[in-house]
Amino acid sequence: MTDMMRLPEAAARRPAGLVAGGAQALMRLTDPPMRALQRLIGAARMPYVFLLPNLVFFGLFVFLPIAINIVFSMTGGTALYPAERPYVGAEQYARLLDCGSYLDPGSCQEDLFWRGVGNTLTFTVFQMVAMVLFSLGTALVLNRPIRARGFFRAVYFFPVLLSPVVVALIWKWILQRDGLLNAALTMAGGQKILFFVDPGWAMFWSVFVSVWAHMGFYTLILLAGLQAIPRDVYEAAEMDGTRPWRVFHRITLPLLWPNLLVVLVLVLIRSVQVFDEVFVLTGGGPGTATVMIVQYIYTTAFANQVQNFGLAGAASVLLGAVLFVLTMVQLFLTRRRSS
Amino acid sequence: MRRTAWIAGCALALSIVGTVGFASAQAQTTLRMMWYSDGNEGEVMNDLLRRFEDKNKDIKVVLDQVPFKAINETLPVQLASGQGPDLARVTDMGGLAPYLLDLRPHLKDAAYWEQNYGPFLEWMRVPGNTTAIPGYMTQLTVTGPFVNKTLFEQAGVAMPGANATWDDWAKAAKAVADKVQAPFPVAFDRSGHRFFGLAVSQGAKMAEVNGEPQAVDEGFKRAAQLIVDWHKSGVMSKELWGSVSGTAYRGANEEFKNAQVVLYESGSWQTAQFDKTIGDAFDWIAVPTPCGPANCSAMPGGAALVALKTSTHPAEVARLLDYLASEEVAGEFYARTLFVPGHIGLAKKGITYTSASPQAAAALKVFGDAVGKLDPVAYHIQGDPNSRIVFNAAISRLGQVVVNETTLDEAYKRITADVAQQIAERKKKQ
Repeated sequence: MTDMMRLPEAAARRPAGLVAGGAQALMRLTDPPMRALQRLIGAARMPYVFLLPNLVFFGLFVFLPIAINIVFSMTGGTALYPAERPYVGAEQYARLLDCGSYLDPGSCQEDLFWRGVGNTLTFTVFQMVAMVLFSLGTALVLNRPIRARGFFRAVYFFPVLLSPVVVALIWKWILQRDGLLNAALTMAGGQKILFFVDPGWAMFWSVFVSVWAHMGFYTLILLAGLQAIPRDVYEAAEMDGTRPWRVFHRITLPLLWPNLLVVLVLVLIRSVQVFDEVFVLTGGGPGTATVMIVQYIYTTAFANQVQNFGLAGAASVLLGAVLFVLTMVQLFLTRRRSS
Repeated sequence: MRRTAWIAGCALALSIVGTVGFASAQAQTTLRMMWYSDGNEGEVMNDLLRRFEDKNKDIKVVLDQVPFKAINETLPVQLASGQGPDLARVTDMGGLAPYLLDLRPHLKDAAYWEQNYGPFLEWMRVPGNTTAIPGYMTQLTVTGPFVNKTLFEQAGVAMPGANATWDDWAKAAKAVADKVQAPFPVAFDRSGHRFFGLAVSQGAKMAEVNGEPQAVDEGFKRAAQLIVDWHKSGVMSKELWGSVSGTAYRGANEEFKNAQVVLYESGSWQTAQFDKTIGDAFDWIAVPTPCGPANCSAMPGGAALVALKTSTHPAEVARLLDYLASEEVAGEFYARTLFVPGHIGLAKKGITYTSASPQAAAALKVFGDAVGKLDPVAYHIQGDPNSRIVFNAAISRLGQVVVNETTLDEAYKRITADVAQQIAERKKKQ
């Protein structure tokens, strides 16, 4: 009986043993050349050998495109290859930055770029506030011992798994003239609202859909932070008879602050980069009310009749600079948190 | 021994047949054709290509069916990088002219092409070239309005007559829409080409100064003012021109099919689609293009199947196009797709649209008649290699005016600046 019970166990162990054996054989195979290489270049240089594959990968797919983009931003014309494009120096940057007043896009030579900047700023501010508030609220609720907590956690996270294009198409279907929301409004005796014709509504729904789609991810980060707060701190506050708002204000918020900072910076970076959801949902309209910087870059480079890669490249470099600063802020804050 | 010899003989024969077959398969040339469809033309082209392949065993044609957006946005980038298919169905003939392959040296009878496609070949040539034959018109299009006749009957409003003006139609359509609660009295495709249909009738000329088009003239301004006024008075809904940004195209096909539009300014290419999808849900007709102070002209346009310089098989491409552009095959294509022919001989003879319903046939007759009324200015605008730049600038800036983001005067300045800047960018060479 004992032997019979051991049989499946042994069978299960066999594949694991095979994998381990294979790995060992592979290591034995790579050992001599690596030792030879170490003798040749010295142990101090060996880390660079291990870094090389990643460096090559990043170089080809990240740094080289950035360099090509910078080169494009200093050229003009419509030719595709940098070698065939005339050098124009900082002309494209000067064109983008030529403004009577930066607060009035109409006074700028490249007014659509500045409309994009203004829209992206508006979107970022509203989205950051909404995202942090809703994620925090949801995380606080999901951290409580409510019924079907696992189910609700899954429900809030589910939209994160959807493609942004799918999310935007679903909401477009809901919000259009004969969509679900207008059907509900008319059934309730109200009037149809043309959400995509009014600039205010279009921006509102752009922010709403973005928050709906990504809130689950940030809720998860905040939930992890909430669960890391020691229970005994709350117990002590309870024994002291501290009111719930004071507990939140004096205990939860300060201890959750590192996670909140991460969420704030991540939301900020993603907001500045926003494109796909808003583009599919509103097409940048009405007028240019929801044209974001990335849409401006895409349109300038690819959708216009004359594909102006130089101007789009310059706008990308400026956007890249903003994102670089934001990433540095994130790195600084996360490092400060870990130290 | 005899048996062994017999088997060996069979094996030898099989191997010879196999080798010959393999060799002939190896010799087969594959041509790639990039194609977009509005209606059933992809299906019809596929059928014609299979027949061509049956007659020309050494050529295989792969039909890559793509969205129109890919033709407009992806193909130019591909061509600029020196990549691309052997042939493509395109609408921006002037813009792509530098990439089109002159098939004249390979064609069987270039005179046939000149005779039957001559006026349209000019649209496919780079300025200064008067001889190149890069392809043929798979369809000639003319802009024009479709009207929901049933809505007029339900509203009890009389339909304006043959020489009615744009104002007449706008008033009538608004009256109908108000009575039957239709949300779109007049719908215009959000397209510069369709806008210029109106602008030409208002006297727009797009004259050239130093080889550059002057987009904004008095006729243009009259048309722009009409568009803005119609949006303000509710003749046009902001949902089409105001709901998207930039140069984005937005049609009203779905709205027209759902009987929400009284008058839909689009063009002949929609006929087959409406014939198929509307069926007998309501009566729809095409009416002659309304008149403006200058004329009653529509805008011509169309799609051409062109050979591309990226092809490494120009002789085979020419053989294929000789077949497709022949009177018999082109005639069948136009008839089955319900397209206005872009072939002079066939246009004169007339096409029998056997598969069309009576209302589709009547619509095609209206569009066919409109070809004869096209103003020379309309041909000039369509043939201008910079016309798309003007179309896009116009639609982008007028869209902003429609949603009160800017004024008409500011839009005129921006259109002029946008056109000048893009042409200057195009001229920059190393």
